Amino acid sequence: MQPELLVAGLGIVALVTYAVLGGADFGGGIWDLFATGPRRDAQRDAIAHAMGPVWEANHVWLIFVIVIIFSAFPAAYAALSIALFVPFHLVLLGIILRGAAFVFRAYSPQSARGAGSGPAGRRWGAVFGTASVITPVLLGMCLGAVSSGGIRVDEGGVSFAGGVPAWLEPLSLFMGALALSLCAYLAAVFLANETDGDLREDFRTRALLAGTAVVALSAILLPLVRRDAPHLWTGLTAGAATPILVPGVIAALLSGWWLRQRRYRLARASAVVQIACLLAGWALAQSPYIIYPGLTLEQAAAPRSTLLFILWTTPAGMALLIPSLWYLFRVFKGEHLALTESARD
Amino acid sequence: MDVLTAARLQMEVSLGFHMFFAALGIGMPLLMLIAEWRWLRTGREHYRDLAKTWGKATALTFAVGAVSGTALAFELGLLWPSFMALAGGVIGPAFALEGYAFFIEAIFLGLYLYGWDRLSPRAHWWTGVPVAVSGMMSGVLVLAANAWMQAPGGFELAADGTLAGSDPLAPFRSPAWLHMALHSTLSCYIATGFAVAGVYAAGMLRGRRNAYHRAALGIALAVGGVTAVLQPLSGDWSAREVAKYQPAKLAAAEAHFETSSHVPLMIGGIPDEDGNVRFALHIPNALSIMVGRSPETVITGLNDFPRDERPPVAITHIAFQIMVAAGFAMIFVALWFGWARWRRRPEDRVLLAMVLAASPLGFIALQAGWIVSEVGRQPWVIYGIMRTSDGVTPQAGVPATLFGFTVLYLFLGVALVALLRGLTHYSGPTATEEDAHAA
Repeated sequence: MQPELLVAGLGIVALVTYAVLGGADFGGGIWDLFATGPRRDAQRDAIAHAMGPVWEANHVWLIFVIVIIFSAFPAAYAALSIALFVPFHLVLLGIILRGAAFVFRAYSPQSARGAGSGPAGRRWGAVFGTASVITPVLLGMCLGAVSSGGIRVDEGGVSFAGGVPAWLEPLSLFMGALALSLCAYLAAVFLANETDGDLREDFRTRALLAGTAVVALSAILLPLVRRDAPHLWTGLTAGAATPILVPGVIAALLSGWWLRQRRYRLARASAVVQIACLLAGWALAQSPYIIYPGLTLEQAAAPRSTLLFILWTTPAGMALLIPSLWYLFRVFKGEHLALTESARD
Repeated sequence: MDVLTAARLQMEVSLGFHMFFAALGIGMPLLMLIAEWRWLRTGREHYRDLAKTWGKATALTFAVGAVSGTALAFELGLLWPSFMALAGGVIGPAFALEGYAFFIEAIFLGLYLYGWDRLSPRAHWWTGVPVAVSGMMSGVLVLAANAWMQAPGGFELAADGTLAGSDPLAPFRSPAWLHMALHSTLSCYIATGFAVAGVYAAGMLRGRRNAYHRAALGIALAVGGVTAVLQPLSGDWSAREVAKYQPAKLAAAEAHFETSSHVPLMIGGIPDEDGNVRFALHIPNALSIMVGRSPETVITGLNDFPRDERPPVAITHIAFQIMVAAGFAMIFVALWFGWARWRRRPEDRVLLAMVLAASPLGFIALQAGWIVSEVGRQPWVIYGIMRTSDGVTPQAGVPATLFGFTVLYLFLGVALVALLRGLTHYSGPTATEEDAHAA
């Protein structure tokens, strides 16, 4: 197998991990912004409690994705940086404000109710929530622009087909909305796993709401993909992606069903499978292009030696990372696992 | 403002901002580990309180460092796409390894910060060790990418100027890597140590002379002082290496125009681009002796380079002078403080005032040093291979993004300083409690 395909696969694994873990953290911010009802403060505390120890590590997966793109596919990175100059800058604004506001709130002067609940803390909380809404929308729009065929890479440089920025096309806008609702769904499902009683019911309701939005947006997106990105449609429905997408759709429906049945751990597991299948299917549908239609993975790839270096160092890096991550999640998430297990017995 | 100037300024603002947090991210974990280790050894609670406070400061600065570092990874492409199209495949391995180090740091920082009540004291201390080690390693590894830009090698270009092949270890084989990594790592400990020491010197000047403050001052200046005293050795190594592979940078830093032997070392002075330097002190033969250990050493001057291949002389020279002056001022304060502690004298007001005055010098030296390194490489982005003007984006919107980022970073900087000040409001146990504890 060509090394560029293996590295691209590695990139997709990192992207899926970021989408699941980082996406849930964005979703946490969304539900912080829209915290309502009598348990508003408890909802926010549960979100902060769930994110606090892990969000930095979850964020690093994005840096991995970026490093893989610019090391292994430098030509694509350069082209995307030119074409998506504006949305990438806005993504950065969101990422910077989201992360900074989350810790600034945690370490703001305390009121009687706890950390971050003073007036300064509430302001940072609003910044955190707003940035958590904007960033996944923009990332989804960028993903839409990459696969829509709207970015043209040729001898003359980088431009937009038809002159309209590809990230503002309807397909990209709906991709942004889909990304937002997926983050909200993931977060609510995860939080329902990590809470009890009424608070758990709050997050279950939110998950059902977001899940409905995911289904509705998918229903709008399918004809839109067929109309605006026929190459992607073919790849999704008749290409290598189909065997992955079908289990993805099944997992999505099962996740919603199990959520309804209050089988939270099953709902969580199938939500993760759903995200993984969606992204992997999307990647397969647009392969061998990294930016359709101007740049294939092979054309964008770095010299073979660099690709091999990335591949060969991965097992060593993962040998360090995976036990460390396991320890992190065991120390901070293990207690919830034990709680939910004992609750079912 | 033209796009090239705006892009260079945006890079400078972003790197300069990130560097504060990168340096603290390297230095703070060491301080908190020392404090917690003292707590484990002595059982005295002010050490644990100190470790907790420094842990909080680390959390705040690490988060801002992580997101501003993410911004830099994007900005490399957003501002310099042609540079990244060529260099991405060569410097990628440095970033890939740095990514792992950074990941380990983020994981264990989460464990350290939130694990006080969940882990045994000893296990908790050990979760801080990977934070300190991988924080330092991520700095060392990412510097390999910059070192390759200073002294590039290990790659082949195709006829059309694209990258045809490269040695994946090229960044680590750059002759600039090790001496830059050493110099820069030391400067992070110096900057952190002196900045933290200033906070507690200020507290003691306001009358908070308790064990908490004395311990904080002692740990911070032990780290900052020892590294400050070592730094001239690493600086000497750097200067001799730069003379070998980037003679124009050394010449600009020293405002040295005519190639000759017996070159004096210039202290101060304001150079112009034509070779006139006003208001400078000269130490005869000193530069020749520094570089080649002999006054006969010939040092290349700027006049040997065509005008369009010279770095801006005034900025490079003045930044270099600031860095060296700040460095020696800190050595002076460190030695004075060490002497006072050695003689077991209580810190008097003059010494505390000196520590307070020296507290920003580490960061000033760090920023000035990076200006020497980056401005001194101009007009090249990859020394001798690609001009900065050939690497810049065709996007016209850079002045706007420069403005946006500057405002954003100013705003975050002000907010962060306010929060860090809030952390120092805790002044430690009162003197009497502490004396009772000690007794």
